[in-house]
Amino acid sequence: MTDIADRLVDQVMTAKTASRPLMIRGGGSKTFLGRAAAGETLDMSGHSGVVDYSPSELVITARAGTRIADVRRILDEQSQMLPFEPPEFEGRATLGGALAANTSGPARPWRGSVRDALLGTRIINGKGEHLRFGGVVMKNVAGYDLSRAQCGAMGSLGVITELSIRVIPKPELETTLVQECNEATAINKMIELCRQPRPLSAVCWTGGRLYLRLSGAEQAVASTIGYWGGELLERAADFWRLIQEQTHEFFDGDMPLWRLSVKPSAPPLGNDAPVLLDWGGALRWVRAESSLTAMERYAVSAQGQASLYRHGDRNGEVYHRLSPPLRALHQRLKAALDPDGIFNPGRLYSWL
Amino acid sequence: MYSSVTSTSSFETRKKLLIEEMAKFLPSDSIIADEETLRVYECDGLSAYCERPLLTVLPDSVENVQKILKLCHRWGVPVVARGAGTGLSAGATPSPEGILLSLARLNRILRIDPEARTATVQPGVRNLAISQAVEPMGLFYAPDPSSQIACTIGGNLAENAGGAHCLKYGLTVHNVLAFEMLTAEGERVRVGGQGLDNCGFDLLPLIIGSEGLLGVITEITVKLLPSPDAAQVIMAAFDSVEKAGDAVAGVIAKGIIPAALEMMDRYAIQAAEDFVRAGYPTNVEALLLCEIDGVREEVAEYVEQVEDLFRELGAVAVRTSQSDAERALLWKGRKSAFPAVGRISPDYYCMDGVIPRSQLSYVLTRMREMSEEYGLRVANVFHAGDGNLHPLIMFDANVPGEFEKTEEFGGRILELCVAVGGCITGEHGVGLEKIRQMRSQFSDSELEQFHAVKEAFDPGGVLNPGKGVPILRRCQEYRSIGN
Repeated sequence: MTDIADRLVDQVMTAKTASRPLMIRGGGSKTFLGRAAAGETLDMSGHSGVVDYSPSELVITARAGTRIADVRRILDEQSQMLPFEPPEFEGRATLGGALAANTSGPARPWRGSVRDALLGTRIINGKGEHLRFGGVVMKNVAGYDLSRAQCGAMGSLGVITELSIRVIPKPELETTLVQECNEATAINKMIELCRQPRPLSAVCWTGGRLYLRLSGAEQAVASTIGYWGGELLERAADFWRLIQEQTHEFFDGDMPLWRLSVKPSAPPLGNDAPVLLDWGGALRWVRAESSLTAMERYAVSAQGQASLYRHGDRNGEVYHRLSPPLRALHQRLKAALDPDGIFNPGRLYSWL
Repeated sequence: MYSSVTSTSSFETRKKLLIEEMAKFLPSDSIIADEETLRVYECDGLSAYCERPLLTVLPDSVENVQKILKLCHRWGVPVVARGAGTGLSAGATPSPEGILLSLARLNRILRIDPEARTATVQPGVRNLAISQAVEPMGLFYAPDPSSQIACTIGGNLAENAGGAHCLKYGLTVHNVLAFEMLTAEGERVRVGGQGLDNCGFDLLPLIIGSEGLLGVITEITVKLLPSPDAAQVIMAAFDSVEKAGDAVAGVIAKGIIPAALEMMDRYAIQAAEDFVRAGYPTNVEALLLCEIDGVREEVAEYVEQVEDLFRELGAVAVRTSQSDAERALLWKGRKSAFPAVGRISPDYYCMDGVIPRSQLSYVLTRMREMSEEYGLRVANVFHAGDGNLHPLIMFDANVPGEFEKTEEFGGRILELCVAVGGCITGEHGVGLEKIRQMRSQFSDSELEQFHAVKEAFDPGGVLNPGKGVPILRRCQEYRSIGN
């Protein structure tokens, strides 16, 4: 629970002077993610602790190295939660890492992503300046939103040192319905059920079963069970934890794991590879020995994007490739925040 | 910056050349060059700031917008894009030596995909038109600024305009999946997609709310939500704003997230009631409007809890809408509060600060003191749920010096917002209006960082120049004045 911002700034200044790359690292829980890249470690794990928490404001401010598990414990005491349900990865994942890697759990389509919950950040830019963007209030349109722009940047736009995040009250009741069906039927059911004004908070399909999580006021959940039917899942919280933490048996083994973020109503990809559908069909995990090009093709046919999430070749490109004008904007934005290119070079794209 | 045209020839020559070039691809009724018609485009919703543009153009295709941008980029001509002009921060004030680019003719709903719950629209589509178009499918588009009947979705993106329902459904930035944008150079870029997450930098939040300084948006894909099957609004009246403020915190602390939670003070209640006859009690200090929506059973459960809570916390009257017509009437008063205040004062100036909810009482008290100090009345209408204040300062523009006094008072309110941990604009934008107050929220390094971002997107500085972020030299002058 310490503030080591000054030390972090010093290390950035030294790296900048020497033009030496820095690899930003929090709890080290997501080293498998992105491209293999090298550099001197900038250790964020010591920069931790909750700076401010006002339950009635629904906002928590914490240093980036604070472990998500610790934040959860604090929020639990007030019956509040992080809306984006990030994975904890054996307790090591940090808030800063969740933002940089854009990790959101099963509730993503209904409660938003880490970026959607984010209200403000402090970051150290490539000039070694410690800056504050956004704030602690929900609405704020002064200046450019450089806080939310950190989402998914894999640390290449600056060192995130502090985050203010919107939290939500825990639902009164949570229960899960299970229905047996194949993938195509599951997608159709997802389309149909997600269009209804019901208290859904997660919809996932795996192993021939569709899982529907209902969260909200007691009566609302009860009436929905009546409408939809299906078997009530016992120990449902355990199931959703396996999905959130990517420890469900689907995720076992070394076969490359592809992550496809697509239009939720897209038909099954039909390539015979094992598939797990999350986010009401908008997130499709695929296990396959495949090339990025082939997976990009699948994703584009489903109006979305592909990335090689785990395993496979970490030296080639692992994220969906960008169009030339978008690529040019990325390079210019990177230069605007990190003119010497010292933050996590090559982690997101080989050319960034 | 403004290249050879300005340095070698007069405005008139530049105007003539631009008309000649643009007439090659734009029909003649798309180019407005006469002084009389240009007057229509002098300002946005904040008429205190006026500038006549060199030309106004109304392209009807993305290709023509692209040609205009390429031309302006080549010649270094400033371009200010605008939709319906309902903005309230002088964000769409024209540049006197540039083009005012109206996107009003790009007003088609291109695709509705009820299965994926999205709509793809052009920027000139009105906000409300989206919800109207998808209503038969049981869907709606959540962000609903008070001007939604007139304002365009492109303008909503530029300002990240929210509205009353942000507390539950988020801001514009939370409800947009993708857009197509033209860069300052006129290059087409697609940002986002039909999935929820995308690879690379998340440019959506960076560009949404950037006030037209980073690109011109030409197509937008928004998320649609299932229309809730029930909604009721609870009106509660209080004899002090402090009690009403506590009631706001009380609802949140109970774990209930209302669809909207709005507050009005004495002046605003009186003005709105005289105007709309919504049935508001007028002998009270504050009124809360709390809307609960969702599944029918859930609404019934929460409405009862909120009614009890308001009574416990000292409400002198509590009334809950029993029909959609009654609900609409209760909201009509709130939505008409601005024009209603316009009837009790020759002019009014609408501010847009944000504060943490816990600071509500303190800020209202300080504002009352300042109101006495300046001798100007203030009516308060605000989104209490998310801390977004809209103080309406009443003044008379015909009294010499009174507008200047009003502006100074408004500036001090915004600085107060920052001092208590809030910010200078929640949904109206910085525009020209609040550029002075940017320094109270950001340090020089932060402002410099914004300029670097602007430079990355628009190296020639042609897009909406002079808005949003103060140039640093000027900013330093302000600082020295402030000291």
